[in-house]
Amino acid sequence: MATTTLAGAGPRARARRPYGIAPTAILLLGALYCLLPVSWVLIAATKSKAELFSTSTFTPGTGLLSNISDLADYRGGVFWLWMLNTLLYAGGGALLSTAVSAVSGYALAKYSFRGRNLIFNLLIGGILVPAVVLAVPQYLLFSKIGLADTYWSVLLPQILHPYSIYLARIYATAAIPDALLEAGRIDGAGHLLLLRRVALPLMLPGMVTIFLFQFVAIWNNFLLPFIMLGDDQKFPLTVGLYTLLAAGANQPSLYNLILTGTLISIIPLIALFLTMQRYWRTDLAGGAVKS
Amino acid sequence: MTRRRSGGARDAGAVPYLFLAPAMVLFTLFMAVPIVYTAYLSLRRTKVSGLGLGKNSRTEIFVGLDNYSAAITDGELWAGWLRVLGYGLLVLAVMLGLALLFALLLDSAHVRLARFSRIAVFLPYAVPGVAASLLWGFLYLPSLSPIRQVLDIDLLGTGAVTFSMANVAVWGGVGFNMLVLYTNLRAVPRTYYEAARIDGAGEIQIALRIKIPIMMPAIILTTVFSIIATIQVFTEPTTLRPLTNTISSTWSPLMKVYRDAFVTGDLYSAAATSIVIAAISLVLSFGFLRVVRNRAFGEG
Repeated sequence: MATTTLAGAGPRARARRPYGIAPTAILLLGALYCLLPVSWVLIAATKSKAELFSTSTFTPGTGLLSNISDLADYRGGVFWLWMLNTLLYAGGGALLSTAVSAVSGYALAKYSFRGRNLIFNLLIGGILVPAVVLAVPQYLLFSKIGLADTYWSVLLPQILHPYSIYLARIYATAAIPDALLEAGRIDGAGHLLLLRRVALPLMLPGMVTIFLFQFVAIWNNFLLPFIMLGDDQKFPLTVGLYTLLAAGANQPSLYNLILTGTLISIIPLIALFLTMQRYWRTDLAGGAVKS
Repeated sequence: MTRRRSGGARDAGAVPYLFLAPAMVLFTLFMAVPIVYTAYLSLRRTKVSGLGLGKNSRTEIFVGLDNYSAAITDGELWAGWLRVLGYGLLVLAVMLGLALLFALLLDSAHVRLARFSRIAVFLPYAVPGVAASLLWGFLYLPSLSPIRQVLDIDLLGTGAVTFSMANVAVWGGVGFNMLVLYTNLRAVPRTYYEAARIDGAGEIQIALRIKIPIMMPAIILTTVFSIIATIQVFTEPTTLRPLTNTISSTWSPLMKVYRDAFVTGDLYSAAATSIVIAAISLVLSFGFLRVVRNRAFGEG
């Protein structure tokens, strides 16, 4: 039996395609649906003001560069500031979040101590708490200590991410052999040294995945910065784009600006997504990232 | 008894607590305290004495469950719940249905260009909700829409707006859920299917009888997360609002919380409503888990 299984091991090898092209066609339709708005904005952003309303939908225009320079001039270049702010919130937040999650996950996976389950359940319970129950009081508390409408008010609440701690614990359990820790201990390594030299390097692929998911989550967050910030110099892209739309929805002359802004704002994440493909995993139990 | 505990850290002492300290401090500051503070606010109200002028004329008093009874009898909030219910059922059914279908098709080995389709369907995950709503919002606009050139419907009109909004959420969410389910399927040893095939099972039977039951925990997980996210719908209606006058400022319960807290300045009602939203999402998530578990045991 073993030989039969081996012979047919590759999924392609036994593909008989009994349903013809139907499965492929359905999936391609899904792909088309998902690509439609992105490809549309790619073309719409190249059109000049006149072309946007006159030329046919999928004909590229000639106005991309002037659209970009219009966007760069909008309110003294505030768009680029939004971009930098977003990078700061998402990059800084995801970095801190990954560090906190990895250390917590390691402690929960590799130490046994009183209260371990209680702490784990408390932290994980946060998954079920809707953001709204947190965002409004967080704003009120931040304004009491004078930190509302600052970078901190957007950065700090997004560091703790229950699901990342959960993933980090699973990953640490699978990726760090107990024997290795034990050997280190016998050699006289302290807890911090073991964390730095043994645990974290082994957890690195899992940490990259946690970083990416958290980076995207913060990059895409709208509610928290929308509630926290009033000063448009501190806005991330999501809130900035929203204000751009709110200002320009009734002025078709601003549509080019909004569309170009939308296009530019989605390019970095799509690039990150396409280049880091092998780390986009939703299941870290496997222990190691397959390449 | 002699079996060494995981990690063998016998004299770790305070070390694990120190490692967990950052998470616990953040948990206390940004989760526990805000939740307690919301609950506290939800039981209070401002009382205006005299003409409401002067320094001490406004005092905060304890009003028990008054804010909750106001929230429960608020017709506008109910209308919001009904809108979100219709929208949510649509989103959950279509998004999770498509995610499941795509995951099964990708896994079925009868598909060409699988890699391309997988990347394309996952791509919207990288597009922020605001940008997605904006893109679709413009695609719905009569003056720009390629859809409108084919279909003669006002996509942002009273009848269609729920569907149009659901479409934005489905578009943004199907890829992530598909990936969760697909990852889950790839972990299943292929030999399971070989045995079924030898017994004469077709691909559809294998999908229904083997793959879906194996994926059940992941399906349940994605459903619970989707329920929580859908109840809190805020970004899509808020972003589409400037483009149409069919979406009110209290379209969803969360939008009403925002308006109460920051536009009309009624923090107490906002607090009570957010606790109600949290309670409803907890009840729905646990209720769903329970129904699923009962059914699973009932069949076995």
